[in-house]
Amino acid sequence: MKLHLWRRYKFCASHRLHSAQLGEEENRRVYGKCNNPYGHGHNYVVEVAVSGPADSSTGMIANLADLDAFVEREVIEPFDHKYLNEEIAEFQENIPTTENICIEIFNRLRRFSLAKLERVRVEETGLNSFEYAGEPAGVAHER
Amino acid sequence: MVYLTRKLEFSASHLYHNPAFSAEENRRVFGKCNNPHGHGHNYVLEVTVAGEPDPATGMVLDLKELKEILQREVSDRMDHRFLNYEVPELSGQIPTCENIATVIWRLLDPKITSGHLHRVRLYETPDLFVDCYGESIGAQAGEGDAR
Repeated sequence: MKLHLWRRYKFCASHRLHSAQLGEEENRRVYGKCNNPYGHGHNYVVEVAVSGPADSSTGMIANLADLDAFVEREVIEPFDHKYLNEEIAEFQENIPTTENICIEIFNRLRRFSLAKLERVRVEETGLNSFEYAGEPAGVAHER
Repeated sequence: MVYLTRKLEFSASHLYHNPAFSAEENRRVFGKCNNPHGHGHNYVLEVTVAGEPDPATGMVLDLKELKEILQREVSDRMDHRFLNYEVPELSGQIPTCENIATVIWRLLDPKITSGHLHRVRLYETPDLFVDCYGESIGAQAGEGDAR
């Protein structure tokens, strides 16, 4: 019996999609409105799945209080009400597309020690979402 | 392979308490869920069955049949019940989302005879849910039940 416990979190943040490898016009063409130099924001939703056996004394894969505190510290507190491009070190080089945000959140949460991180799903809006479950063992993610 | 999902809602109360823990430990581990009077949720269950559509009907299984199975196995047992005291399958277990989803898997799996049970997803709230992937009897027909 395999169990995945999913927990849903929210944060609000701004970003700008702009690639230093592309010219001004190319950036506008590729990213459209998302290239607005002042940035813009979203209400992001993050769903986190962890797995493991349900502990026989608590019936739980992981205590939600522990998972919530970890996600709050690693992701929500640093990301919420921030300008991701400027205030998250990883996005000073990587473009904060929701793909990259999803991978970054996964990499931060994989250090959770009380259950196995299975998957991260991020909704940028209610109309688009991205999922990342890590790379197969031995394959580092190239960005 | 086609995956068919049917949704069902039921409302029930529960509380978390382990008699092997002290009162203080129960409060520390389970927090508000340890309130001795219990509390309730509107659970949302999504049951996914996998299979090939029958060439004669175009269906993986008859939705009416699935609806009746869900009514009998889940709603009749759990809807408007206090899960700790009124659902024998949960007796001796803490009725966490993990344990309820596992019980629902075990109740449904033997009843699904067209296709096989692929996933049981149980929402306790929109922000907390569990996916259960068991070893379906239907998926290993002829190989015996490995559970």
